[in-house]
Amino acid sequence: MTWQLATVVDLIAETERVRSLVLDVPDWPGHVPGQHVDVRLTAEDGYQTQRSYSIATPAAGSLVTITVERVPDGEVSPYLVDELLVGDGLELRGPIGGYFVWRPGGRRPLLLVAGGSGVVPLMAMIRARVAAASGDPVRLLVSARSWEELIYRRELETIELEQDGISVVWTLTRSQPAGWTGYRRRVDLAILTEVAWPLPDRPHCFVCGPTGFVETVASALVDLGHAPDAIRTERFGPSGG
Amino acid sequence: MSDPRHVDGNAIGGFMIDVFGGEMTAARGCCAACGAVNALGALVVFRGGPGHVARCPACSTVLFVVSAMRDGPRLYLSALSWVESPA
Repeated sequence: MTWQLATVVDLIAETERVRSLVLDVPDWPGHVPGQHVDVRLTAEDGYQTQRSYSIATPAAGSLVTITVERVPDGEVSPYLVDELLVGDGLELRGPIGGYFVWRPGGRRPLLLVAGGSGVVPLMAMIRARVAAASGDPVRLLVSARSWEELIYRRELETIELEQDGISVVWTLTRSQPAGWTGYRRRVDLAILTEVAWPLPDRPHCFVCGPTGFVETVASALVDLGHAPDAIRTERFGPSGG
Repeated sequence: MSDPRHVDGNAIGGFMIDVFGGEMTAARGCCAACGAVNALGALVVFRGGPGHVARCPACSTVLFVVSAMRDGPRLYLSALSWVESPA
């Protein structure tokens, strides 16, 4: 799969540690929600390193948006979050992935469970669902440490208000704003029991986040009786790439 | 809470395209050791070092390793008994 040179056309600060990069990729073939790209950086001495980043938006011509969280001491993410400027070039290849993908217009409801920046590929699914006005019932459960660290918070609040059939549930595990009435602990069996669709609805489940988070959520969903082959998972390691 | 270091087969989707010639995360593969069948995207993958190691999620046997060699990416097959591309 060949590498292409993309150009940064816009930068969106999502949280203190997270930034979205809107990239123009000539001859982009289009993509499916859930897919990712590989990004490659080359140092002056020729040293190369690459990382995978989920695409945050549905297909839109040659524009591809990725959302990147700064990993302290990371090789790639600090550059993408703090240094990259509009107009800069960025080497990437994609789209990649055929397992952790979803297309609007299925007949089964969707359960999306995100830990931290694991919300990125799930946001592509929600944005595709909104754009297609397909009516698929969607429940999104997001776990984050604090209100300030919720990625896409305002857009998700608006979507939940304006879109029938899409609901968003947050849990804030470390600190909560005054008056917070939502969950305040890590996702567990009890939360999933309340949020997940009833078993007879046979939901498609997508779980994305740090590896430990994904393991916990996926096994809890199986314990609740969801079919293992209806649960798709994507793990990004101990703290992301 | 444990902090596992592995990722999954989705993370090496690009490398698998290099060595298999097409999108493979939705393809199913069978473990030669225990017979478990899983999507390659769902395999347990340890990244880093000279190669990426893909293990069976059921029994942890190493199924294959993808490694960046000087002449291009190389696939070491060890316990992948079959692969079936999605129709």
